[in-house]
Amino acid sequence: MDIQQNYFAFLGLPESYDIDLKALAARSHELQKTLHPDRFAHLSEREKRLSVQYTAYLNEAVTTLKFPLGRAQYLLHLQGIDTISEASVQLEPAFLFEQMALRDDLEDIKALSSPEDALDKFMDSVAQQLFGYQKTFAECYAVGDPESLERAAAVVRKMQFMVKLQKEIELVESELD
Amino acid sequence: MALLQIAEPGQSSLPHQHRLAVGIDLGTTNSLVASVRSGESATLPDHNGGHLLPSVVRYLESGEAVVGASAREFASSDAYNTIVSVKRLMGRGIKDVAAFGEVLPYEFEEDQGGMPFIKTVAGSKSPVEVSADILRVLVQRAQETLQGELTGAVITVPAYFDDAQRQATKDAATLANIKVLRLLSEPTAAAVAYGLDQKDEGVILVYDLGGGTFDVSVLRLNKGVFEVLATGGDSALGGDDLDRALAEWLAIQADVTMTMTAGLSRQLMEQAREAKEQLTLNNQAWVNLQLAGKEVSVTISRSQFEELISTLVDKTVRACKRVVRDAGIVLDDVNDIVMVGGSTRVPLVRERVTSLFGRPLHVDIDPDRVVAIGAAIQADVLAGNKPDSEMLLLDVIPLSLGLETMGGLVEKVIHRNTAIPVARAQEFTTYQDGQTAMAVHILQGERELVEDCRSLARFVLQGIPPMVAGAAKIRVTFQVDADGLLSVEAKELSTGVESSIQVKPSYGLSDTQIADMLKASYSSAEEDKQKRLLREQKVDADRLVSALEQAIEIDGQALLTEDERKGLEAEILVLKSVRDGSDAREIELGVEHLAKASDEFASRRMDLNIQRALQGHSIQEIEEIT
Repeated sequence: MDIQQNYFAFLGLPESYDIDLKALAARSHELQKTLHPDRFAHLSEREKRLSVQYTAYLNEAVTTLKFPLGRAQYLLHLQGIDTISEASVQLEPAFLFEQMALRDDLEDIKALSSPEDALDKFMDSVAQQLFGYQKTFAECYAVGDPESLERAAAVVRKMQFMVKLQKEIELVESELD
Repeated sequence: MALLQIAEPGQSSLPHQHRLAVGIDLGTTNSLVASVRSGESATLPDHNGGHLLPSVVRYLESGEAVVGASAREFASSDAYNTIVSVKRLMGRGIKDVAAFGEVLPYEFEEDQGGMPFIKTVAGSKSPVEVSADILRVLVQRAQETLQGELTGAVITVPAYFDDAQRQATKDAATLANIKVLRLLSEPTAAAVAYGLDQKDEGVILVYDLGGGTFDVSVLRLNKGVFEVLATGGDSALGGDDLDRALAEWLAIQADVTMTMTAGLSRQLMEQAREAKEQLTLNNQAWVNLQLAGKEVSVTISRSQFEELISTLVDKTVRACKRVVRDAGIVLDDVNDIVMVGGSTRVPLVRERVTSLFGRPLHVDIDPDRVVAIGAAIQADVLAGNKPDSEMLLLDVIPLSLGLETMGGLVEKVIHRNTAIPVARAQEFTTYQDGQTAMAVHILQGERELVEDCRSLARFVLQGIPPMVAGAAKIRVTFQVDADGLLSVEAKELSTGVESSIQVKPSYGLSDTQIADMLKASYSSAEEDKQKRLLREQKVDADRLVSALEQAIEIDGQALLTEDERKGLEAEILVLKSVRDGSDAREIELGVEHLAKASDEFASRRMDLNIQRALQGHSIQEIEEIT
């Protein structure tokens, strides 16, 4: 068996960065109903195994496409550009300094006696910045020539940093209670 | 594994046939079996009309296992040989068991894998075997009541059960010769019993006050996907504690605290339980105590009883609040509250929980039976009795899975709450020049350090060609099936050297151990064994043939060329004739052959199914992108 179909085709969605999340959820649900091992519970081992493989692929496709970062990385991967393994893209020093500053800010907020409000504001500003990167990515990707795709890859690398920072903020938040 | 097949030859897959399937609640204190009959899911009683089977197994010198109420009577007089609450030991190592300390009176013995075996007069018994003995009684009860052999069973497990505990449960079913259609989490089963899976979305809290354990689970339902947001509770608090509080009070009233004996204590507990049940319906209960020659009569009012148990009930309410907070929601977000466990009948319990959430509770289904009833509903669907059913219960893994990396750290490969089944690969490399083997250590848990996570299994990938450090590329693939069970495969990419295991938890039974135990549980005569093997192979062959015939009937026209169809039909005829022979090995080979020959057809069917599922509203989009 060969499940090599592109995630978008597999889910019957157009290959694009702007996807309809509701359609993604609906397709995923319909395919689950057809492919899930529970549908094959009374049939032969062989069919069950096949269904496990397909459903695992479906789950992987949905998880990848659901989030902007995963979707962006996957679109570039389809264009032959790898942004998943480390150090595939060089980042300008200015960006790295900015990241260090942001992490210092987070440390400072953690040290506050009641950091809730400051944390909320920080979270908002990070989200806004990330949103800006997402927009830039969409524009570069839409142009589609090799040079723009290179720029798109650089933006993805920045998105990775910001998503990681968001996770760190969430962790700080969960430690508050 | 061919040993799992249960249906009679020729009866298993006829399309119109109703397949017998059951739901089993394998509980810490009591176990139940339920089935859907004439559209109604209900638990099945034993000969005496009792639905609950106490999860107690007593082993006799003859090797016989006595299960249920008649075993429970010996819980204190023959404590070493009478195993209670074995569920607490499932998938646990000898070290975990030591932590239970004085609570368990058994003598343990360790096998090579670190699995605790309980020493009894009938020999050493693993927790898996003890559970299998309970399952056998339930299956026998079901087969007698339903008059036929079972296609399979859905067995429930607590939502927080890790891979080792789930695997142990499945192993117990294998030993008892039950085909497991699915392991289902208990709170999900309870929600299904109330039909909550029909709703589009919502947050459900399941309050489960069992005999000896208290579990709270918060589930989020979204279009048929049940996601466990958080679980909690108290593994040392249960309905028995309510009885104990009342029994202690009775002892004081009767002035027998100084002369307490084991027998008297049991009598008091029994009468306390009866009084508790009376107080659910009435405002007052009378207790007549037979004490060494004299009779003492005590009256207790409901409000007195409520005063006695108030602290305990408050404890459960606090646990609910905590779990709701852990789930990242507020009390108001909870749409449905499902009550499970006999002690949720106590009015004070219902009162406190109702006032906590400010909304009515789901209490219409017998709280002792609701989990088994829900499991049976799913078993009926999974057995293929309801081809039009929309029901699909999707699950997520409760705990993250990862690998040990340098410095005793855990690298997570699959994160908790990922939808299953799932497969994910990660690449690693060698650490030293010329390294030819790599140890793979698989862990489950949320923490960063290896020592804080549960070790699931270890294996070694041998035969990596000697290269400089960092040059070898080793891909480790995790696959979790729909029951939440893991298998892991490691492959060196430049040479294709491979190693894989079905993860057998560090404290589990190996496949050989299971096979040996299975063999031992059959009649030892070689002839019987052969007969059994032959029968199993025939069932296997029939299953494949009828599934394939059905498939050809439905999709043959569309997916096979005339020649391909004729070819397959010829192969089917070959297997049919081999099947009627008496050579088990030959049938096995025949099955393998036909399965292989039909592989391509099976893939095409799957692809066709995908297309069908996407059809209707997305043809246009598919055309756009192809």
